[in-house]
Amino acid sequence: MIKARVTVTLKNGVLDPQGKAIEHSLASLGFDGVGGVRQGKVFDVQLDTADRGKAEADLAAMCEKLLANTVIEDYTVTLL
Amino acid sequence: MNSAVLLFPGLNRDRDMIAALTRIGGKAPHPVWHTETELPDVDLYVIPGGFSYGDYLRAGAIAARSPVMAALRQKAEAGKRIIGVCNGFQILTEAQLLPGSLMRNASLHFVSREVLLEVANASTAFTGGYTQGQIIRCPVAHHDGNYFADEKTLKTLEDKGQVVFRYANGTNPNGSINDIAGIVNAAGNVLGLMPHPENLIEPAHGGMDGRPLFEAALGLLSRPAA
Repeated sequence: MIKARVTVTLKNGVLDPQGKAIEHSLASLGFDGVGGVRQGKVFDVQLDTADRGKAEADLAAMCEKLLANTVIEDYTVTLL
Repeated sequence: MNSAVLLFPGLNRDRDMIAALTRIGGKAPHPVWHTETELPDVDLYVIPGGFSYGDYLRAGAIAARSPVMAALRQKAEAGKRIIGVCNGFQILTEAQLLPGSLMRNASLHFVSREVLLEVANASTAFTGGYTQGQIIRCPVAHHDGNYFADEKTLKTLEDKGQVVFRYANGTNPNGSINDIAGIVNAAGNVLGLMPHPENLIEPAHGGMDGRPLFEAALGLLSRPAA
């Protein structure tokens, strides 16, 4: 079995009002010097295979087809 | 004229849409559950609003991958008229039947209010009952209506007249780019819009501004839609 972590984040240039709200909240808690916050998503996926090449290909296809909306989001896949 | 309404778990504006299509079209639309792999042959397919699959992952993301959507894609490619309202618009963008994406409202608040819409293109199959530049009233109710498209897509939409409705007179409720409230695909047969025209179709609603959209879509206008 292979465990993987998929991280999905907004593309550069796409406004992130939620990240902005978090940034403001951090400032109100007294954390100075926060230059920016971007909110994203993390998916931990288990695959019933030992083939790391197949796992990477499958995970990329999963990101393209469902996990990320590639109009607005980028993704990275890490095999753990 | 016959119509069909696509139904997904978690929608909540389906009854309003069915009532509107029945009143205006004179016939109840065919209800189609999301597990179906074939669609009836009708003149208009509608995806109503709501919160399909609880907006899990992204609004409309799970519904867009349902079995019935493959059948809808075929209807779109065959040039059939399709309307997605609110969650229906989100589902159509997630299915890539319409370009761009609908993001969290800039205010981060759910908005439920009336807005003003400018008819930005009155020569589509859906807007022949309006005049170019006409300002109409329409209710909105959504959390993810902030339309976004990259620069190139946006330029195409604007240049080709694919922006059909724009929030007017400073009533943009969600931060949508270029005040976009509704768009059509390049072929002009698929319309998505965040506002709810089905909730303004008879005097008891306090207005009828949404009615011409359905009259046009159902082919009921006395003058032919362009």
